[in-house]
Amino acid sequence: MSGVWRGLAAAVLFVGLWQALVTLADLPPFILPGPVRVAGALWSNVGLIAWHAGITMAEVLIGLALGVGLGIATAIGLAVSPAARYLIRPALVATQSLPVFALAPILTLWMGYGIWSKVVMAVLIIYFPVASAFFDGLMRTPRGWLDLGHTMGASPARLLWGIRVPAAIPSLASGLRLAAVYAPIGAVIGEWVGAAGGLGYLMLLANGRVKIDLMFATLLVLAALTLLLHRSVGWACDRLVARLD
Amino acid sequence: MTPAPGITLIGAARFGESPLFPPVRLEIDPGSWSCLLGPSGCGKTTILRLIAGLDTGVDFDGHIRASDGKPLPGRVAYMAQTDLLMPWLDVLGNVTLGARLRGETPDVEAAETLVERLGLSEHAHKRPTKLSGGQRQRVALARTLMEDRPVVLLDEPFSALDARTRAEMQDLAAETLEGRTVLLVTHDPGEAARLGDRVFLMDRTGMVEAVPPATPAIRPAADSETLAFQGRLLDALREPAA
Ligand SMILES: Nc1ncnc2c1ncn2[C@@H]1O[C@H](COP(=O)(O)OP(=O)(O)OP(=O)(O)O)[C@@H](O)[C@H]1O
Ligand SMILES: [Mg+2]
Repeated sequence: MSGVWRGLAAAVLFVGLWQALVTLADLPPFILPGPVRVAGALWSNVGLIAWHAGITMAEVLIGLALGVGLGIATAIGLAVSPAARYLIRPALVATQSLPVFALAPILTLWMGYGIWSKVVMAVLIIYFPVASAFFDGLMRTPRGWLDLGHTMGASPARLLWGIRVPAAIPSLASGLRLAAVYAPIGAVIGEWVGAAGGLGYLMLLANGRVKIDLMFATLLVLAALTLLLHRSVGWACDRLVARLD
Repeated sequence: MTPAPGITLIGAARFGESPLFPPVRLEIDPGSWSCLLGPSGCGKTTILRLIAGLDTGVDFDGHIRASDGKPLPGRVAYMAQTDLLMPWLDVLGNVTLGARLRGETPDVEAAETLVERLGLSEHAHKRPTKLSGGQRQRVALARTLMEDRPVVLLDEPFSALDARTRAEMQDLAAETLEGRTVLLVTHDPGEAARLGDRVFLMDRTGMVEAVPPATPAIRPAADSETLAFQGRLLDALREPAA
């Protein structure tokens, strides 16, 4: 409950500062519209924004599911196979020197303006944090636990499922929390590069038509959805850690 | 369970150039309790880990043999100095961990009985973080006792317990491990005097054996011979290393 109050207080503070900035700096509405104007734009465009939010959320959720699945599979593959660590890990790290954003135009070229180029963007952007966080956790099982498992006669597979994976869940959870924040970034960048729908697309559209209050309303919704996603993933992670038995 | 073998460890250990212990000879009789006493850092845990076949980081020159000639790893239950409880499992889950790691169906009834005898019934479904140090140690003991192994290595298993619980747990362990080969590392001369069929003292200069009273373990704590033996052990431990 105190969390809700804290969130509410933060929101009030944020809106207050926003209004103060607009009033004190005397900003024109086409630079930064005040909270009341943006709320009005949000209200009168609620159907439009919801429609585009649905598209972005679909991209994000599918991207999250695929990216997390691939990341987990990669981490486990690397953890069980020294050969895979030797061969794949350097390549994996090397790919991180390439900014994923640079791939967005290529993905759009290959996969078109639909949701899949954005899903792939989201997957690419969250894959590495999830894989590396979980992998680190899997490789850092306290030695005493592994020794215990060995003397108990556990096979490598049972050691993995019975000790290494549960012990690495907190690490995986921190990867997932990151992923929840990154995935919308990937999707929105994909939408900016070329899309027929989505919150990123709507922002560009509103900007082009000088509907600045709509643009800010869209941004606000995007931020709120990201926050919600982050919270839900965090909650799911907590449940996962608590229920492991 | 196969008959418990005796164990002989003969050899010296060093970390690269710096010696840990000189050549020692540790003879553990089959089916009885041997106690190992010695100052902190003299290599007791290292000896247990060597016998369990675990990584120690020492260079060990010598050999470790079971009296029946068969390999030891796989026949050993090892209770480490720290409790090593899994935080994501409750007490019963931790106690039955071994069976699940081997893909066997855990004997939950036996686990519950044991947990009750250890005085932990009301905590059976709690996670380790909700337990005191002594309670955690008893869970680790229960987990070790659940392992049906002919050789049992205990590294200071009663160190966190109050005097009364400690005596009770010693009785329980002695009863449960009847017929098994047990090597107990302890800092407590009283414990060694009560439990040891054979008692070994080690320090950086080597290992000697102290001769316990003729009465078989587990001995009454207040027995004059036990007390005298305890006194002799303490004196021996306090002697400056030659
Ligand atoms: N990697 C290492 N390199 C050098 N010395 C080490 C290393 N690991 C452990 N030691 C030393 O080995 C010695 C023996 O450790 P061990 O755990 O066997 O002692 P112990 O007799 O069980 O002590 P305690 O009673 O405190 O548990 C210690 O003095 C420790 O400092
Ligand atoms: Mg030790």
